[in-house]
Amino acid sequence: MLATSNEFRANARVGLANPTLQSALGKMKVGFPTKRAEAVAKLPEFDALRDQARDIKNHVLENIDWYLERFERRVNEAGGHVHWARTPEEAREIVLGICRRLGARTVTKGKSMIAEEIGLNAHLEKHAIEPVETDLGEYIIQLRNEAPSHIIAPAVHLTKDAIEADFRRAHSHLDARRDLTEPQSLVAEARGILRKRYFEADVGITGANFLVAETGSSVIVTNEGNGDLTQLLPKAHVVLASLEKIVPTLEDASTILRVLARSATGQEMSVYTTFSTGPKRPSDLDGPGEYHVVLLDNGRSALLGTEFQEILRCIRCGACMNHCPVYGAVGGHAYGWVYPGPMGAVLTPSLIGVENAKPLPNASTFCGKCESVCPMRIPLPKMMRHYRAREWERRLGTRVSRLALGAWAWAARRPALYRFAAARAMSALGWLGRRHGSFFNLPLASGWTTTREFPAPQGRTFQDLWRERRRAGGGR
Amino acid sequence: MSAARDAILGGIRRSLGRGALDEARVSSLEARLAGHPRGQLPARAQGLDRAGLLDLLERQAKAVACSVARVRSAADVPAELARYLKSQNLPSRVEMSPDPTLDAVPWSAAPMLEIARGRPSGEEGVGVTSACAAVAETATLMIASGERSPATMNFLPDTHVVVLPASRVVGPLEDAWDRLRAASAAPMAAATMPRTVNLVTGPSRTGDIEQKIEMGAHGPRRLHLIVVEDDALA
Ligand code: SF4
Repeated sequence: MLATSNEFRANARVGLANPTLQSALGKMKVGFPTKRAEAVAKLPEFDALRDQARDIKNHVLENIDWYLERFERRVNEAGGHVHWARTPEEAREIVLGICRRLGARTVTKGKSMIAEEIGLNAHLEKHAIEPVETDLGEYIIQLRNEAPSHIIAPAVHLTKDAIEADFRRAHSHLDARRDLTEPQSLVAEARGILRKRYFEADVGITGANFLVAETGSSVIVTNEGNGDLTQLLPKAHVVLASLEKIVPTLEDASTILRVLARSATGQEMSVYTTFSTGPKRPSDLDGPGEYHVVLLDNGRSALLGTEFQEILRCIRCGACMNHCPVYGAVGGHAYGWVYPGPMGAVLTPSLIGVENAKPLPNASTFCGKCESVCPMRIPLPKMMRHYRAREWERRLGTRVSRLALGAWAWAARRPALYRFAAARAMSALGWLGRRHGSFFNLPLASGWTTTREFPAPQGRTFQDLWRERRRAGGGR
Repeated sequence: MSAARDAILGGIRRSLGRGALDEARVSSLEARLAGHPRGQLPARAQGLDRAGLLDLLERQAKAVACSVARVRSAADVPAELARYLKSQNLPSRVEMSPDPTLDAVPWSAAPMLEIARGRPSGEEGVGVTSACAAVAETATLMIASGERSPATMNFLPDTHVVVLPASRVVGPLEDAWDRLRAASAAPMAAATMPRTVNLVTGPSRTGDIEQKIEMGAHGPRRLHLIVVEDDALA
């Protein structure tokens, strides 16, 4: 997929000016966090489980070569095949090769972010193989020829009316006078259309939430059941997974599952969690005749041992974007590649190079909300700061921000001057903003204040307050 | 292919600043796999007796829109199935997995039911299966594929009815894995893990249109669980 991450500012402006997107984001910002908070409140062990989930993935990352080899051995023992791909090109060729060998004309697809990452649909189409997305959200955006705007809710940016219009256009063989006003009727229509496609498909492609080294199983987590029909009905099931999806055992998968759905949708468990191991056994009544796992690296192995290793713990739950004020203002497409939100702001420069995603590590207010909700306790703001530091070193930053930061650094090294200047600025801002308690317009920061209010400082600097606290004896 | 494999594994080791793992490390990892230690289990799913487990299962099932009926014995199952189908205005024709647990139900007691055993046809309709375990913690049904259990039966019919002996209700998910492990001959090697293990928690749904939950996205829009309380069907 071609990245436009460097155009984040322009992309964001488009998002901010789109009223449909803004109303969809408005709903999302309330819906997802509320449901998550309710689910978390019902599980007293939630925070302890986050620690354990983090530790499991850390353990995997330290030993990932061994676990990958063990996984491969188990898959082979079960009659499946593992294919290793360094790059998106290699992964695309592997999938195309399987499809060609089987004479595939159509391919059904469950939701897979790796498929987006390697640009699989365009590649299959170029070779006269039709990819059919079966997740409802993915199906909708495929009809619109768009990229997903959210990793678990790909069509979150669209209204029902827009989807109705797409269905009328795409399903022109159906009665034009049919009633599609209710979401239920749209769901039923997609169900009917896709039901046929499952049976026609020669190959079914899914992603993987986990790969279990102990058993050689791949695991998908869905609510619709599309990923199951996608893998059970065709001749071959192809799993697209990145290296870091490995977990050691079924128990480790269970621990992480307890934090996954709660963080993602506020469910205690998603509706369908499916463990797939090898192809159909000779005596089985159904299942795919072949089972393939494509293991994609695409820059991940190079993150090990660096300050970005921890992003490889990510389980793609989406909580960080659901709670992010920047994502909530500009939407997912602004990030310009596959992964939006705070996790995308770290993962995108890691995978496609910081020079291709310069603005993303800056697409943050550093409010820390993402880290505080991340089930895998990934220090996202810290990693964004690492990228900003790198950007500074490489002089990739814009001249303005370099000059402003340079001035700040100069003053910050001179404590007396800094205190003086900061106190001046704060009391001026406090005075200016006192009438409303916040600013609607702030000179030099209009990119910020045209879309949100800047909280007015209370007329004191942090250093003032700190000194006062120390004097009052609360000095910790 | 193997060039990519070697490059990736080599790259990982270079990044981690080491070579392949030494013997001591490997044996500790082997021991971890063999022991498959459990993480923290939610207190809600522990220390419950049969009645407590059934109550938790029923509560959690309601929360995910799965209806539950308890019957005393296998002999009561046909009448409960007929009652359920009628209450939902569904036809009395059902497709049923050739599962041995379902063989033990005296279906002839409900002659109005028209039963087709085997693979599902792919038409919208009613599918009946059993399950190898039910996890009370989250009302999750574990259904494993096999020569008498087609996985497609869990997804193709529009209505899914599961007949479950109460002895298979467990507290946490880990207890269900233990049941599955015990059922396989060797320690859980790939060759003995069923091709498909479905964990099913409520009927199919989607929130993809304006985040409004709609049932029956691709899988069943209704899920009904019939729990058989006596142990004759265990
Ligand atoms: S970074 Fe954390 S919160 Fe964000 S998607 Fe990944 S696991 Fe979820």
